[in-house]
Amino acid sequence: MIEVTHLTRRFGKLTAVDDLSFTVKPGEAVALWGANGAGKTTAVRCLLNLIPFEGQITIAGLDVRQHSKAVRTQIGFVPQELNFHDDLTVSETVTFYGRLRKLPHGTDLTPLLTRLELIPHINKRVRDLSGGLKQRLALALALLADPPILILDEPTANLDIRAREEFLLFLHTLKQEGKTFVFSSHRLEEITALADRVLLLEAGKLVIDTPPHELERRLGWETTLHLYLPEPTIEPALQTLTHFGMPVSRNGRGVRVQVAPGKKGELLRRLHEAGIVIEDFTVE
Amino acid sequence: MRDLDFTTVFILAQKELRDARRNRWFLLYAAAFAGLSLGLAALALSGAGNYGLAGFGRTSASLINLILLIVPLMGLTLGALSLAGEREKGTLLYLLAQPVTQLELLLGKFVGLALALMAAIALGFGLTGLLIGVNGGGAQVTTYLGLLLLTCLLVLVSLSLGFLLSALVQRGATAVGLALFLWLGLTIFGDLGLMGTALILRLNVDQLFALALINPLQLFKITAVFNIRQNLELLGPAGIYAIRTYGSQLLPLLIGLLTLWIIAPFLVAIQLFKRKGVL
Repeated sequence: MIEVTHLTRRFGKLTAVDDLSFTVKPGEAVALWGANGAGKTTAVRCLLNLIPFEGQITIAGLDVRQHSKAVRTQIGFVPQELNFHDDLTVSETVTFYGRLRKLPHGTDLTPLLTRLELIPHINKRVRDLSGGLKQRLALALALLADPPILILDEPTANLDIRAREEFLLFLHTLKQEGKTFVFSSHRLEEITALADRVLLLEAGKLVIDTPPHELERRLGWETTLHLYLPEPTIEPALQTLTHFGMPVSRNGRGVRVQVAPGKKGELLRRLHEAGIVIEDFTVE
Repeated sequence: MRDLDFTTVFILAQKELRDARRNRWFLLYAAAFAGLSLGLAALALSGAGNYGLAGFGRTSASLINLILLIVPLMGLTLGALSLAGEREKGTLLYLLAQPVTQLELLLGKFVGLALALMAAIALGFGLTGLLIGVNGGGAQVTTYLGLLLLTCLLVLVSLSLGFLLSALVQRGATAVGLALFLWLGLTIFGDLGLMGTALILRLNVDQLFALALINPLQLFKITAVFNIRQNLELLGPAGIYAIRTYGSQLLPLLIGLLTLWIIAPFLVAIQLFKRKGVL
C-alpha cells in the first residue's frame, strides 16, 4: 500500500531523513519511532508530498509527487501541531474540510461526530477547544471521507494521560476496522499499544525494523525492577536471584534487580518457587 | 495544471472572502478609502459651485492621488499576509495535506482576496458616485467608471506583488514589512525618483517614458490621466512622446502592461511556493 524507497531530505547541511526505505501493507500499523529530531515528522511530511524530497514514494500504486492530489484523497492526516483556523466553529471547520474532500452535499456527519463525542462542542470556536477536543476534531477531519490510510504525526503529544488512553483506544478500534496506519511517536507505550511494526529512526536513518514485542530484545534493553519484600525474605531473595545469574542488590525495603529482555516473568516465577512474597514493585 | 479543479478554487476563494470580512485591516482600508473618496468628492463638488458641473471628471482627477496612495497599500499588505500568515500559524501545512494543489490554493486565495478588495473599492466608488449623482454632477460618468476599472487593475497588480512577497518569506510580520518597504519604494520612485533619475542620467524622452512604465504605480497614473483627458500633455514631453509614438494603440498598450504586472508576479509566486513547499 505504501512503498518508500531511498527517501532522503536535506535542510542545508543537515540530512533530516537519510536513505529511508520501507513498505506498509494494507491494514498494517507502522510506527516511526525515535527521539526528537530523528526525522519522524520530516518523513511524514514527505509521505504527504508537503516538502520536496529525494527518492521515491508510492501510495496505493501512485507516485506521490506526480499524483499528490489523488494520493491525499486516500489519506487522513493528523498533524502534530493542531493548527486549524481558530475563528471557525467546529461545525464550520468540518463543513469546510468536508467540501475540500468533495463529500456529497448533505452527507450526514452526525455518526462520526457522535463517535468522537464532538456533538456537544459543535458550535464552539476552535480556539476555545481543549487540547483533547482539538485532537478529536483533527481525527474527525482525517476520517471525514473515510480514507483507507491514516497518517498521524505524534498524535498524542498534546494529551494528558487519560485523554491519551481514550485516543489510543479509538485508534485501535479503527485499526481493527481495517485502516492502514503510519504514525510517528517517541512514546514506547503508544507504539506497543498500536503498531504491528516499529521503524526506529536515529539521525534520519532507519536503525531497526521490527515488531514491537521484539524491540526490547533487539535493542538489548534491560529493565530495572525495585521489589518490595518482607524484611525476613530480603536475604533469601538476594541469594535466589544471584543463584540464577541476575544482577541484584539490596535497596531499602527490598531489592533492586536488572532483568534481561523477556525475563521479567521468569524472575517472578523464581521468587514464587522460593516461597518469597512480593509486596509491591516498581519498574525503572 | 492537469489537477486544477475550479470547485476547489471556488471553495478556497469563498473562505478567503469570509476571512476578509473579519479582517480588521481590510475593514479599516475599506472604510478609509470610502471616507476619503467621499471627502474628495465633496470638495470637488463644492469647487463646482454646488451644481456639480463635471462632478465625475473633477472627482476622478482628485481620486487618482488618493488611489495611488491607498490602493497599493491595501493589495500589497493583504497579499503579503495571505500565505506567510497561514504558514506562520501552521494552517498552510494542514490545508495542503488535503486534496488541494499549491496552484489551487494560491488561485483560491488570490481570487477571494481580489473579490473582497474590488468590492471595497466598488463600495467607495459607489458611495462617492451616489454623492455626485445626488448633487447633479452626472457629466463624465464613463470617465469615472473607467477609473473604477483601472483601480481594480491596480489592486490586482499590488495583490499579485503582495503574493510574491508572501511566497518568499516565513513570517507574516516580515512579509508585511517588505510590503510596506515596496509600497514606499514604488510611491517615492513614482515622481521624485523619476525626476531625479532623469536629471542625473540625462535620459531621453523615450527612456523616461520606458522608465515610468517599469513602475506599476506610474503605469496606472499614466493610464488614469489618459482615461480622463484622452491625451498626456499634462505629463510633459514623455506624455507627448507617448501619444505621438503609440497613438490609438497607447491605451491597449498601457492596459496590457498593467495586466502583465498582474500575471508575472503571480506566476513567479507560484514557482517560489512550489519550490519552497509549506515550510
